[in-house]
Amino acid sequence: MVMIPKITLTIDGKTVEVNKGKTILQAANSIGIQIPTLCHDPRLEPFAACRVCMVEVERGNSSALITSCSTEATDGMVICTNSEKVLNTRKTVLELILSDHPKDCLTCDKCGACALQNLAYEYQVRDSRFFEEPDGGVTEDENPAIQQDTSKCILCGRCVRICAEVQQDYAIGFKHRGFTTETGLPFGKQRRETTCVLCGQCVSTCPVGSLVEKQAVGKARDWELKQIKTTCAYCGVGCTMYLNVKGKEVIKVTSKTGSIPNDGNLCVKGRFGYDFIHHPDRLKQPLIKRNGKFEEATWNEALDFVASRLNEIKAKYGQDDIGVMSSSRCTNEENYLAMKFARAAIGTNNVDQCART
Amino acid sequence: MSFGSGSMTNSISEIKDCKLIFLIGGNPTEAHPIVGLEMKKALRSGCTFIVADPRQIWFSQHAKLYLPVKPGSDNWLLNAMAHVIIAEGLENKEFIKMRTEGYEELKEFLKDITPEKAAEYTGIPAEDIREAARLYAKSEKSAIYYTLGITEHTCGTDNVRTIANLALLTGHIGKSSTGVNPIRGQNNVQGATDMCIPNKMTGYQDITDNAVMEKFEKAWGVKLSRTPGATAPTMFERMNKNQFKALYVIGEDPVISEPNQDYTIKGLENLEFLVVQDIFMSETAKYADVILPAASFAEKDGTFTNTERRVQRVRKAINPIGNTKPDWQITCEISTRMGYKMDYPSPKEVWDEIASLTPMLAGINYARIENNGIQWPCPDVKHPGTKFLHEGKFPRGLGKFFVLPYRAPAESPDKEYPLLLTTGRTLYHYGAGTMTRRSAGIIHKTNDCFVEVHEADAKELGIFDGEMVRIASRRGEITARAEVSDKVKRGVIWIPMHFAEAAVNKLTKDAYDNITQTAEYKVCGAKIEKI
Repeated sequence: MVMIPKITLTIDGKTVEVNKGKTILQAANSIGIQIPTLCHDPRLEPFAACRVCMVEVERGNSSALITSCSTEATDGMVICTNSEKVLNTRKTVLELILSDHPKDCLTCDKCGACALQNLAYEYQVRDSRFFEEPDGGVTEDENPAIQQDTSKCILCGRCVRICAEVQQDYAIGFKHRGFTTETGLPFGKQRRETTCVLCGQCVSTCPVGSLVEKQAVGKARDWELKQIKTTCAYCGVGCTMYLNVKGKEVIKVTSKTGSIPNDGNLCVKGRFGYDFIHHPDRLKQPLIKRNGKFEEATWNEALDFVASRLNEIKAKYGQDDIGVMSSSRCTNEENYLAMKFARAAIGTNNVDQCART
Repeated sequence: MSFGSGSMTNSISEIKDCKLIFLIGGNPTEAHPIVGLEMKKALRSGCTFIVADPRQIWFSQHAKLYLPVKPGSDNWLLNAMAHVIIAEGLENKEFIKMRTEGYEELKEFLKDITPEKAAEYTGIPAEDIREAARLYAKSEKSAIYYTLGITEHTCGTDNVRTIANLALLTGHIGKSSTGVNPIRGQNNVQGATDMCIPNKMTGYQDITDNAVMEKFEKAWGVKLSRTPGATAPTMFERMNKNQFKALYVIGEDPVISEPNQDYTIKGLENLEFLVVQDIFMSETAKYADVILPAASFAEKDGTFTNTERRVQRVRKAINPIGNTKPDWQITCEISTRMGYKMDYPSPKEVWDEIASLTPMLAGINYARIENNGIQWPCPDVKHPGTKFLHEGKFPRGLGKFFVLPYRAPAESPDKEYPLLLTTGRTLYHYGAGTMTRRSAGIIHKTNDCFVEVHEADAKELGIFDGEMVRIASRRGEITARAEVSDKVKRGVIWIPMHFAEAAVNKLTKDAYDNITQTAEYKVCGAKIEKI
């Protein structure tokens, strides 16, 4: 094992020891001091675009403002995260960001979960001295999964970077210059025509309402959603994810950084492949075939029929002419019960599942 | 079998620290995207990739060495790599001495398996095989990742053991970020195999072990049969011979997923009674006498076990839709009505029963996995679970070298069917497509079946990119859109398995691995015609 040297610094009067190489932000978080961020995502390299994570560092008799997300902590550093200078500057930074952001929280799908809205509230930035009409709007794209509204983009670059650093698909980039800068697909192309794989990782990292799940738009306010932690039902990786439910409906699927084993990442199937749950083709009633046609039956009829036919066949031909095929789509408990059913109820070892297909 | 247990030896979180990844017969960016992301992390930190696949994939473009191996010839590639390792003295002598057996026999056998000979069978230059062997042997943390490209052959088990030989020769096993790792295709392949196979009780306890059977008999209050059970392929064989009368299918669609569709359907038609339990009207359900509507994963509680052996919670988010019921409840109700009472308040109590009867899961319970899952083996409630396997010792004691000569696939291309058909998965769809093809966001990207053809083959056949063509084998035919490129090797065509209207399993051969009975989905003869 390579030993990483430790360093000690002071943050808001508290002494903290961390591994060399950690940022000031990581050092502060390790002792429970929260510093606001917009462009930071622990899955990505530091970018220092939004400037709201600025802190004051003592330099002899003077001090300097530096971005805590991108500055490595060094031995003996003295940091203040909430001095008047820091708070005033942070407020100005927020004003600058809000100068180019529409104030339509009333209908925004991100309302309640928006990092910018939360900071504006915390710092009571109601208006911006620099306000200009935000340009852009909802990008026209026929894909049914991801909706982009360029007017809400704060240029934190998280979507661009997650697409490049984590997905390595390089589908999204920065476009134009100056005030008209925005993020998006090259040359106004449709997502389908680019290297975009519709993973929605950009949606997962967007701190504001610029990128949202299109099918969830207008369906639920954030505080109406109940998040149920579960395990993805597609491939064998077993990503931890949350079904976002309003009433009886799954509205969208999300994950959280730090989740095992996927650290908040999901793929196109996990994030957008949930429509089948509410699909009209779902079987909803037991069916019994009579004269070649399926007819609806009650559970009692269907279960009694199955039990009596299986018992008849067992009596006539013996238990080893009956088999049970379970599925690697079902839970452990269900596979166990299928196995127990075959062995204990029917009395055969003819029980298998589709693991080899 | 080389080590004594079958599953991923390492954890997903260890991937990013690998120094070398040998990826063979697997396409993680499409089939296991989040494992793909971890491998991309490794790539960014300088991990060397060797990719062996008949088809160009994302990682082949970023690999130090890309080995376009002819489908069905993996044995030659792997044995020749082992030959090079021994011939050039790159083997780990200490590890071989302390932890393995059968080395001398292997060494003797490998003498003649030269890279030059292997080049003839695999189509890979001998020097590339040498280079692959050197890179793999010399790296400080080498890991092998494989999926169904290795196992879906009549020689699938042989292939896996040949891979294990490489790990045993070099000692790249039993440590963090090294090892031999099959990535599981379906969410609960690992769990289903742990729970439900014909000749094992839970956790691979053998039905020939009387102590095991007595334990279950006592817990279940019933006498258990010792007669060996039939695997799914054997069941279909007996159905076709009219020697099998009833089948209860839970959440499976064998008509789409089993090879040689006509044979599968004929078998089902011969049954006196077929019960299908599913969330949709599947192709198999059409042949059923009774269809029982099941709840989806969003509507029930339980656990899945992922590819790294981690038992994780599934939680009920909404009530069962319509008049559906969770699978566990339906099975219990049928059993009780047949006269064997199965009654549980919830899946939690089922799990407790499993844990009480299964040593490798004994320490796992719902309370412990409330926040994060635990990796088996976990023998008691104090045990933290097992991140990687085989540290210090293998379950069977010493690691065993197997001598495995090449066996040709059951069917190779010939005059009449000159192309080699191989099958696989795409990013956007899953299995038989029952779920993904009902998702708007997903069908936006792909929603029709296609066949990848090499541009030179396409030119000879007069086929253009985007044209609909007929693909035929000895067993059937389908039509699909031609995708002409240099992605596949010459003489090979590739078709995804997700599309019921162009089911590639109408073409595949019902030939099976001699041990696991996994079907040879990866090789058969085929031809393409213009329509």
